[in-house]
Amino acid sequence: MTSGGAIAAVAAEQRVTVRYFAWVRERVGRSEEQVTIPPSVATVGEFARWLATRGPEYAEAFKRADVVRAALDQVHVKPSAPLAGAREVAFFPPVTGG
Amino acid sequence: MAVRVQHEPFDAVAEVEALTRGRIDVGGIVTFTGLVRGDVDGRPLISLTLEHYPGMTEAELGRIEVEARKRFDLVDCVVVHRVGELTPGEGIVLVVALSRHRQAAFEAAEFLMDYLKTRAPFWKKETFADGAGNWVDARDSDSRAEARWGGESATQK
Repeated sequence: MTSGGAIAAVAAEQRVTVRYFAWVRERVGRSEEQVTIPPSVATVGEFARWLATRGPEYAEAFKRADVVRAALDQVHVKPSAPLAGAREVAFFPPVTGG
Repeated sequence: MAVRVQHEPFDAVAEVEALTRGRIDVGGIVTFTGLVRGDVDGRPLISLTLEHYPGMTEAELGRIEVEARKRFDLVDCVVVHRVGELTPGEGIVLVVALSRHRQAAFEAAEFLMDYLKTRAPFWKKETFADGAGNWVDARDSDSRAEARWGGESATQK
């Protein structure tokens, strides 16, 4: 244990597994990674916009932000969904199975 | 297991046989099989690769099945969806719906396919003769087909 301030900062830190599928995965160049959510980010939509700032491959993947879909802990969600408590966030294009 | 995701081909006749063996309460069976076509608007297709989201796909198919059983008077139903690289003529998806009367089976099979096309996390990539790859775009007609069942859409608008 460290000082009170450090404990508070650690407690506020939320790490998630981010998974990418189909052309989102190809553009990002990886299928999953561990990410610490910045304190300024509260929703799935804000998280996508923040990811897009991490490099040209992310900018490319999230360029069509209105098209990219999301799931929190393997359940479809809208961009307004809060990230608090989530362990896994996934981004993917609209599904085309069947 | 009434929903399955698998690499291996499926056998629609064997699936129906397994579901009906020893039963006398089934009055109608509707099966739908989706196949890989050999062309896209006349452009010859070499293969179709199905990607999925392991874990979520099975969970989502399970949720779709529960919803179908709630909405329709089904005796049983099965959904089998393949993943990996498939060639033209191969089966991609199988839906079997069994009911006492035919209408519930017809409607449930349509419902299962419409929901599967818009909610189950599968993505198709086409590979053409020149090696070009193309991710298949979702169709508005699929969203409209889902919307007619009156449920809340799973995705953003």
